[in-house]
Amino acid sequence: MSKHRAITMNKILLIIQREYLTRVRKKSFWIASIVVPFLIAGVYAIPLYFILNSNDTKTVEIVDESGMFKNRIKSDKDIVYQFINQPFAQAKKGLLKSDADILVNIPKDIISDPNGVKMVGKKSIGMGTQMDIQGAIQSELRNIKLEKANIDLKVLEDNKVSVNAETYTLQEDGKEQSSNSIGAMILAGVFGMILYISALLYGSQVMNGVIEEKSNRIIEVMISSVRPFQLMMGKIIGVGLVGITQFLLWGILTFTASTATTKLMSGKIEEKVQTMQKTGKSQEEITKFKKDFKEKNPLSGISQTVENISLAKLIFCFLMFYIGGYMIYSSLFAAIGSAVENASEAQQFMFPVTIPIILSFVLGQVIIQEPDSQLAFWASMFPLTSPIDMMVRLPFGVPNWQIALSLTLLILGFLGTTWLAGKVYRVGILMYGKKPSWKEISKWVFYKG
Amino acid sequence: MSNILEAQHVVKKYAGHTALNDVSIEVPQGSIFGLLGPNGAGKTSLIRIINQITAPDEGQIILAGEKLQPKHIEDIGYLPEERGLYKKMKVGEQLLYLAQLKGMNKAEALEKLKKWFIKFNIKDWWDKNVEDLSKGMQQKTQFIATIVHEPKLIILDEPFSGFDPINANLLKDEILELKERGTTIIFSTHRMESVEELCDHIALINKSQVVLHGAKKEVKNRFKDNSYTVEFTGNLTNTEGVFELLDTYPLEDGITKAHIRNINELPVNQLIGNLIQQVELKAFNENIPSFNDIFIKVVGGEANALL
Repeated sequence: MSKHRAITMNKILLIIQREYLTRVRKKSFWIASIVVPFLIAGVYAIPLYFILNSNDTKTVEIVDESGMFKNRIKSDKDIVYQFINQPFAQAKKGLLKSDADILVNIPKDIISDPNGVKMVGKKSIGMGTQMDIQGAIQSELRNIKLEKANIDLKVLEDNKVSVNAETYTLQEDGKEQSSNSIGAMILAGVFGMILYISALLYGSQVMNGVIEEKSNRIIEVMISSVRPFQLMMGKIIGVGLVGITQFLLWGILTFTASTATTKLMSGKIEEKVQTMQKTGKSQEEITKFKKDFKEKNPLSGISQTVENISLAKLIFCFLMFYIGGYMIYSSLFAAIGSAVENASEAQQFMFPVTIPIILSFVLGQVIIQEPDSQLAFWASMFPLTSPIDMMVRLPFGVPNWQIALSLTLLILGFLGTTWLAGKVYRVGILMYGKKPSWKEISKWVFYKG
Repeated sequence: MSNILEAQHVVKKYAGHTALNDVSIEVPQGSIFGLLGPNGAGKTSLIRIINQITAPDEGQIILAGEKLQPKHIEDIGYLPEERGLYKKMKVGEQLLYLAQLKGMNKAEALEKLKKWFIKFNIKDWWDKNVEDLSKGMQQKTQFIATIVHEPKLIILDEPFSGFDPINANLLKDEILELKERGTTIIFSTHRMESVEELCDHIALINKSQVVLHGAKKEVKNRFKDNSYTVEFTGNLTNTEGVFELLDTYPLEDGITKAHIRNINELPVNQLIGNLIQQVELKAFNENIPSFNDIFIKVVGGEANALL
């Protein structure tokens, strides 16, 4: 008997191996594995790139007909303001030959008609630059108006108080830990997205594999060699491992690509800082630039969150919830595949299975906002929604007992669904020629041998 | 001769109908056994039970003296009526996979497969995708998959359907060769000419029950009606008390062909003696029923009885 059990195990391994290799050998697998990380790295690099490159200084000439703004509007690192004593019409003609990029006309009656400002650019004027110039004029206009009303600017300045709260989570040991909620949100979103896509993607791969075997008619040869349940589980595990391989590749490549980008960027930052120092920028400005850069770098927030929760726990939970969720859904998809003869017939049966997947994803978006709500708790416990929704909650911190309970329920859930799916599968794969109904399928569960 | 396979009072019911009703058959070791019957009679249900694809509701299957159990999967080779292979897999890889699923280890499977590839002269197929093969080539591939693990019992469900005459002959030769080596072959078919040619035992299943079972000769004898076909010149008139003249038709050159029945079951010599007194005998043959006749008689007779 034990010899036979060894052979049985060996057969499941053979099936897993075939299912795995036939998929991993496909070109599409490698394209997806390589393209996705570069997309992620790209999404991450683009905002940084713009921070670095939006800094080419613009020169703005101002024709101040009101005569009130000279020496009030100050140049900054982005824009250098020059006041010129020319009529606007003449300055406009001279713009193409001058060094300036933009010409601004402040009319005489600016106080009574603030909308009379005109801007002419050599090239089209970017939204950011336009806002900056408008802002500069606007705030000075406000100051002028306040002065005219005899309000002391100094007093006003003193009354500007800024409150900058840092958020902390209280740890079990009483320590405070800074929680980076942006990082957690990004991480939660990424987890939710990956689990959502993988449940649909790999689930339907299992389904199509079953349909292929059935419509190829190889199924009868197969189940004269192995038990239907072994074949189903072999396929589910094989495809699941394809998923894990893909995550691994994504992880490694994303990490490599992001690290490379960061390296590249930090080199550029150094350059930038050096030029800032040379051009005599104040230390304050440089620090602000560095801080700005750090804040806009999504990776720093994420790594903060990962540090808080511990990487090992995150990876453990991700794997467990991925495996659990994948097993539940792929076994249901396998059952559907066994009941139909082609992919188009499968559509109507897929709908009820995809609903909980979509629902958990939608709930996930609510949970990101309120990760400790009642809804979040129950969604992260119910086995059909917990794989996605617990992972969405996790970056915000979840007590261990909740994770343990959720995992227990998940294991019970997938034992239940694989048992149910196995019953349907075993009958379904041998049924040809008639389109089954839900009623018919539910009867198969109770068929003997 | 011992039996390699026995089905004992097998019953299989599906929702609403009985597929097998108290079916018992005995398949002698080393025989070619014809499992006959019209479509929907229950042949495939029985084959699936033997292959352990489904289990009987009642009764049992004995294989080589033991109750059927999972380890016996390796002793059986099965070619289903609906052929199928993984289309996107390479021929060699696929056969290796199927052989290993039948319990062979890789090295052994590789060695056996190489022999078959040489024998069938298909060495250059090894790295071809199955979908690039012609139908005939796919069938050869599937046949190899059925027998590569050298099973004791081979079950072929309508093996000749879809084969061209050349491949059908090749298959027939292989079946006979396997029999030489002591393999037992169960043949499910409703093509009687192949039964006539190859089988030595048969079971006829109709409407979920075994209606005829035994050695080919014995079954034929059971259906003999003591009739003879004779050819002669002259007039056959005096038939009284000896035989019954069933019909006559004239052939060329004054020869008449007639069917007679030996009503008193006289010894053949006596019958011939009686004939040559009256006519000049040209030919004398006992009428042995063909399986086609038997099949139609048994299956069609019941159908008629129902009408």
